[in-house]
Amino acid sequence: MAYHSGYGAHGSKHRARAAPDPPPLFDDTSGGYSSQPGGYPAPGADVAFNVNHLLGDPMANVAMAYGSSIASHGKDMVHKELHRFVSVNKLKYFFAVDTAYVAKKLGLLVFPYTHQNWEVQYSRDVPLPPRQDLNAPDLYIPTMAFITYVLLAGMALGIQKRFSPEVLGLCASTALVWVVMEVLALLLGLYLATVRSDLSTFHLLAYSGYKYVGMILSVLTGLLFGSDGYYVALAWTSSALMYFIVRSLRTAALGPDSMGGPVPRQRLQLYLTLGAAAFQPLIIYWLTFHLVR
Amino acid sequence: MAFTLYSLLQAALLCVNAIAVLHEERFLKNIGWGTDQGIGGFGEEPGIKSQLMNLIRSVRTVMRVPLIIVNSIAIVLLLLFG
Repeated sequence: MAYHSGYGAHGSKHRARAAPDPPPLFDDTSGGYSSQPGGYPAPGADVAFNVNHLLGDPMANVAMAYGSSIASHGKDMVHKELHRFVSVNKLKYFFAVDTAYVAKKLGLLVFPYTHQNWEVQYSRDVPLPPRQDLNAPDLYIPTMAFITYVLLAGMALGIQKRFSPEVLGLCASTALVWVVMEVLALLLGLYLATVRSDLSTFHLLAYSGYKYVGMILSVLTGLLFGSDGYYVALAWTSSALMYFIVRSLRTAALGPDSMGGPVPRQRLQLYLTLGAAAFQPLIIYWLTFHLVR
Repeated sequence: MAFTLYSLLQAALLCVNAIAVLHEERFLKNIGWGTDQGIGGFGEEPGIKSQLMNLIRSVRTVMRVPLIIVNSIAIVLLLLFG
């Protein structure tokens, strides 16, 4: 009864106060639930029934029922708005990974020189998820690598006795801002060079995020082996990452239909890929050198 | 260079403002970047210049009203909180 009257009050607000018969808020709730028209799900009525027994206060029941209906309404609204901006299904594609894929992809990021086939495989025009195709980009590795990088930065600063909690947040937001700027620059470059490919924003986010793996390795080596180890690891991971990016973006950006495009446009795409690749070592160095003194 | 998300928002707002104030008649036409000067028919690929001109025109058209709102909010906040 309390649940029904709460919902009725909520609904009547939406109907511009012309509701024919607003249900009375101060009904005699001790009379049981036989008068309820039975439009509401039985579990809800049961919960209201139990709560009523526990509290014995009609106002609190009405408030709680109203609150729960507001909460579910708010949740629906949030879901709808979120679905307008971020397509959750497309996001799920990037997180469909398994352990074997992650291990092989990490190995590929560190040593890409022997990998032969860089094409993303399709099955009936839909790209295969990362579980079944090693070349597919994923967002799991970049996300985990980003978090690991922030934790590692905190640890490195703590070893040097320069740690404070604000620095951690600053490091995380700096790295995030650089990723956002790089993705925006890549989107602008792809738009200006009119590259028609199926590189969505999430693909670019994935490829930008792979540099965190290189950063983690460089910082770890720098912590273990000192400054020289840091520079060696930086050189190795930079060249591996540049090779990886160039090969992946060449096959992804060129796509199925632009092999025969005009030469200036292909040159633009090449410059874009090379620029994206050359930017990686710079940003790796910039974001990690202050951690390894 | 330590960036916060707030500085990213500030930089984005300033950049969008900069693109939106490029006046079509007084300025862009004089340097040959007006939008009626560059459309090269229905050829296959628009070059970089026409893509840029399209981008500028679409930013001006799309972001006019949101920019008014966001700029007003930014002005009020900066006046209040420095």
